[in-house]
Amino acid sequence: MTEPSPLAAFARRKAPSSLEEGVGGGAGSDAASLRERCIPHRHHPLTPPLKRRGDSRWRPGLGGAAVHSELFASGHEASGAGLALALALDQSCGDERPFLWVQDKAALRRSGRPYRPGLPPALRGRLIHVAADSCEDALFALEEGLRCRELAFVLGELAGNPRALGLTASRRLSLVAGKHGVPLWLVRLDAVRDLSSARMRWQVAPAPSAPPRWNPAAPGVPAWRGELFRARAHPPGEWILSALRDGLSASSLDPSSGQSEVRKFTRSW
Amino acid sequence: MSKPVLSGCCKQPAEGARLEPRILSIWCAQLAIDRWQLAEGVSAAPFALVGEVAQGLRIAAPNAAAREQGVRAGAMLTDARAICPALAVAPGDPAGDLAFLERLALWAQRWGPWSALDPPDGVLVDVTGVAHLYGGESALLADAARRLTARGLTARLALAPTAGAAWALSHYGEFLPGTGRGTILAEDGGGARAGFPEGAARSGIPAGAPPPCFAWSPSPDGGGMLSELPIAALRLDPVTQLVLRRLGLKRVGELSGVARDALARRFRSVRAPAANPLVRLDQLLGRVPEPLLPVLAKPVPLVQRRLAEPIRHRSLLGRVVEDLAEDLVRLLEGQGQGARRIELALWKVDGEVLVRKLELAEASRDAAHLVRLFAARLDDLDAGFGIELARLAAPWCQPLALSQRDLEAAAEVHGTSLAACIDRLSVRLGEAAVRRAELYPSHWPERAQRWVSLLGAPSTSVDGLQHRPAPPARPPVHGTLWVVGPGERAGVASSREAGQIRPLKLLDRAEPIAVIHASPDGLPRRFSWRGQVHEVLRAEGPERIAPEWWRERGGARLRDYYRVEDGEGRRYWIYRHGHAADGRGGLPEWYLQGLHA
Repeated sequence: MTEPSPLAAFARRKAPSSLEEGVGGGAGSDAASLRERCIPHRHHPLTPPLKRRGDSRWRPGLGGAAVHSELFASGHEASGAGLALALALDQSCGDERPFLWVQDKAALRRSGRPYRPGLPPALRGRLIHVAADSCEDALFALEEGLRCRELAFVLGELAGNPRALGLTASRRLSLVAGKHGVPLWLVRLDAVRDLSSARMRWQVAPAPSAPPRWNPAAPGVPAWRGELFRARAHPPGEWILSALRDGLSASSLDPSSGQSEVRKFTRSW
Repeated sequence: MSKPVLSGCCKQPAEGARLEPRILSIWCAQLAIDRWQLAEGVSAAPFALVGEVAQGLRIAAPNAAAREQGVRAGAMLTDARAICPALAVAPGDPAGDLAFLERLALWAQRWGPWSALDPPDGVLVDVTGVAHLYGGESALLADAARRLTARGLTARLALAPTAGAAWALSHYGEFLPGTGRGTILAEDGGGARAGFPEGAARSGIPAGAPPPCFAWSPSPDGGGMLSELPIAALRLDPVTQLVLRRLGLKRVGELSGVARDALARRFRSVRAPAANPLVRLDQLLGRVPEPLLPVLAKPVPLVQRRLAEPIRHRSLLGRVVEDLAEDLVRLLEGQGQGARRIELALWKVDGEVLVRKLELAEASRDAAHLVRLFAARLDDLDAGFGIELARLAAPWCQPLALSQRDLEAAAEVHGTSLAACIDRLSVRLGEAAVRRAELYPSHWPERAQRWVSLLGAPSTSVDGLQHRPAPPARPPVHGTLWVVGPGERAGVASSREAGQIRPLKLLDRAEPIAVIHASPDGLPRRFSWRGQVHEVLRAEGPERIAPEWWRERGGARLRDYYRVEDGEGRRYWIYRHGHAADGRGGLPEWYLQGLHA
């Protein structure tokens, strides 16, 4: 048994002080040891320190706070995988380890296979592709990938709302990702927003690209319209995201401010 | 005949210097027939083993009765049947002969510290400084002859300072003048040593068929007895033998009659020893060294458990496999090896053997990892009446240095290694499911990348051909997706990739689309794909990619690729298959092949 049961997740939510009491007290040595195992020695990625005073809004370059994110996208375009790769690159810049790209059969048929010459240059040589037959196999591959210390991140692409991908499975992935610190980017193709334990959930749609300088009639740098509709550490918001040559730019479309407020956060990859 | 060339070869070392080498050559003249007779029994009828060649069946090895009737090795079977109609044949087994020869070479290490194969039917043993243990060289030869005869092998033996000379004497010793079967040839000091027949009688060799034995020591002052040997004793290939025969050179000694310069000029460009008589002559005389490749016994790490009670339950079998894996790991640890391939064989009560094989991405010595990999493979076993013997072997091992053990707790905290992750994925999903993309030098988009397994050896040849260092500084090109930047890792993007914009994902099969374009050869205006109409607002193209004529059939059509973006910002890679005037089919069709990010 290498994996704590999903029930152990609830023990994690408690504050560390009460946990320490539980270890000393006679609350059942099993439960105590389980809790002890569940809390790594370093800073826990599931409970990052929230900056109360500063700006808690999401912006590019925030770093590795989120370990499990979901992106909902249409299966008839590559915007989900494109934004997931851009966000992953933004989060783990300078990391040169390989990454795992897991697709189940439906996702493979619907949206195609990764194409190495079209990957971002920093990722081209690092792709390990897993073609799983079923959703169960894909979840197994995702979990094994998250448990591996030599992967930069894990990208999953699952189509629809399969029965195997319930809250339990989602929570299980979050726990493994949190424990080993390997970020998981799960792209859900043509799926409805079901229950999930992902820390950040995006709705992705393509956006018209900025016209290139030399041929304005040609498609330009890829742009997406990303709506962060559920996040633990950030208020929801909507951005136009674009993968520039040297980083990810985000222009906020804030409906509360009346007019679309554009702010650019650029971070060099 | 001038003999000085043959003399002065192996210089006698001073007293106390290193020993003069002595090589024992064992030639099993009828290895294949002897093996057959050992297995099937001796028959007096004409019999031959045949092998299949391009022209039909050829005689590989006839037995004595067939040879008396005139059947020769190498003859066509039909010719041999014409000579000897009663000839019985059976297919030969060259691979089995070679395996037998390997075992024989290991067995022959009883006479010397190491031995080498001399395929197809000989063994060379280094017996330098060994003979006194047997009471002299003649006693050593007598012992070898007796034991080989007892094994049922027709062997001819020779002892000489070089491998070439020993080989020549064992194959062609009877061509020397004044030698019969079992002769000691002694040239040292001119005095003849004790003759072999007495030694043979003393060792108790069956008087009926003492195998021919020769021992030769070169004399210090010269006297090349080997000059009478035929040219074939030089281990030359048939073509070279034919050349020499046409030159009129039939005996080894005649080579020295010709000016060495002339021969050297003739065989100047020949490097292979088997085709260059001068090299072979020098090897025979010990002027140039001839290293022999020794045969080493390499036992396969193997552990097994005999079970007192046949087991029929999966949980018990799991326990047994765990024990076996721990034993194997201990064994491998002692040898400093890690397993790459593992075979689990389970003997059932009814004699059937179940075999499960595993291959690992990296040499491993982790018992828990092995057990975990096997766990998925054992569920579909049919134990029948029970399993009574389990054996775990590692036929393929690689050196793996001792290291601190990856404790379960450590794996829990620090995660697994990439190799372990890939092993687990490959075992559950199949090897073909876990792959990496490799560039391939092709213009055709779907051929420009290949999926290769991660379990095999990494092949970097293709990447190495294509990857050049990125240019040091490149002016920023606005509007280009994923341009190669100056700060990028060298080797990530090739120069071929840099100028092109390729989609992030490629459909396995390009899907047909219906396209409306503004002018007959103009940019596409609107297309429908998967039941949805896309208005093309921006497009770039065409990028014409011609079929690769060296791979495709003649009628293959070219492709005109367009990058398009529709009103909602969806970016696709579409192409027109052929053009209307190319004469290779009807109106061109449109396909959607890739999805841009």
